[in-house]
Amino acid sequence: MNCQQAKPLIEPYADGELDAGGILELEKHFHDCPACAIAWRNVQDLKKALKQDSLFFNAPMELRRRVKAELRSQVETKSRWDFRNWNWLTAATTSVAMACLALLLTVTLTRPSAQQRLTQEIVSSHVRSLMANHVLDVVSTDQHTVKPWFNGKLDFSPPVRDLAAQEFPLIGGRLDYLGARSVAALVFQRHKHIINLFIWPAKEQNSKPTSFMPIHGYNLIHWSEAEMTFWAVSDLNEKELMEFVQDFATGETVNPK
Amino acid sequence: MVLVDERERLKLFEQTVLPHLDAAYNLARWLAGNDHDAQDVAQEACLRAFKFFGGFRGENARAWLLTIVRNTFYNWLQKNRPTEIAGELGDEALAVEDVSVNAEALNLRLADAEAVRRAIAELPVEFREIIVLREMEGFSYKEIADLSDVPIGTVMSRLARARKQLQRRLAGEFKPGGQR
Repeated sequence: MNCQQAKPLIEPYADGELDAGGILELEKHFHDCPACAIAWRNVQDLKKALKQDSLFFNAPMELRRRVKAELRSQVETKSRWDFRNWNWLTAATTSVAMACLALLLTVTLTRPSAQQRLTQEIVSSHVRSLMANHVLDVVSTDQHTVKPWFNGKLDFSPPVRDLAAQEFPLIGGRLDYLGARSVAALVFQRHKHIINLFIWPAKEQNSKPTSFMPIHGYNLIHWSEAEMTFWAVSDLNEKELMEFVQDFATGETVNPK
Repeated sequence: MVLVDERERLKLFEQTVLPHLDAAYNLARWLAGNDHDAQDVAQEACLRAFKFFGGFRGENARAWLLTIVRNTFYNWLQKNRPTEIAGELGDEALAVEDVSVNAEALNLRLADAEAVRRAIAELPVEFREIIVLREMEGFSYKEIADLSDVPIGTVMSRLARARKQLQRRLAGEFKPGGQR
């Protein structure tokens, strides 16, 4: 092993990430080459300095208290309504209630929430659209073609924006079925990554774009505006997906005659 | 019957996730740079973690919580200090510098905890992140790659560049610019 080969291995060695063979060869090299041995020592010294306790910030007590209090109050508000019911049930027939409770407990504990079901469904829909090569019903990079295409197929008119200038070119649209209703899917592309943007009307308050926990490596961002709900899903990294969402949200809507 | 379900869930959450609140705050504190913002980020991350707790598969609670802290922080950063996001452009710009290891004995101010603290604080945000994850939390390259959602190669080059910059700052080559 010469210095050229040794140098890129020095840090992985110091980090304990080198395999046994590499360790052996590198240690032999250190024996012959004081310069590389010093380079390793420098990394070791730095690592040690960065592990000093005084550099670690422990959570302040007030944060700990606030987090616990906030979580408790969330759980209590959620539980209050059920508590009354539960009392009534126990008073009526304790044993049956307990049995029901046990059953319901196992069911609710293993059952995903409505939100989890929806995000799962969105990701499945995204994956299916890529697998079956059924990503597009209408192939067009022209927003004025894509938007009217939805007319008569949906009971709402989704906003369609082309973001070619922001390097998220629109490549088409598709009808899809989510949460027991027909929805619009707009398809955008960044490099080789496909972005599905699902849109349907929803009576919910406007909400800012929020990232959800990635599912199977797919990132999800949700927001609502103007009584429409939006879900963007892609294997694109979270940062670029957020960029896309923000570009879409500030883009201009097409209103064809 | 949310009653028992929710309380049990909270109890489990308090037992498995909340013990890592120190790690969560430490990461948030190094990323955000001050106590006030770090507390906001860490608190929001914990509440989000509780919301997503159903999705936690019980592998590594600390890595899981820190992933959420990290995501929460970058969302917060985008909203509050959008100029600080250097992103890939920053990575490329920094890639030009020489990152080969120092092969001469360095006389660094490593014993001076305050100097080390300042040197880390002055690093770009991605570098602060990787130093905390690798050196303070002791995560492996693979764990960091998963946590930060970047390839292992990026983890290694970021780490090398972060260390190189720290060595230069602690050798006094960098003027300690912008005292906070």
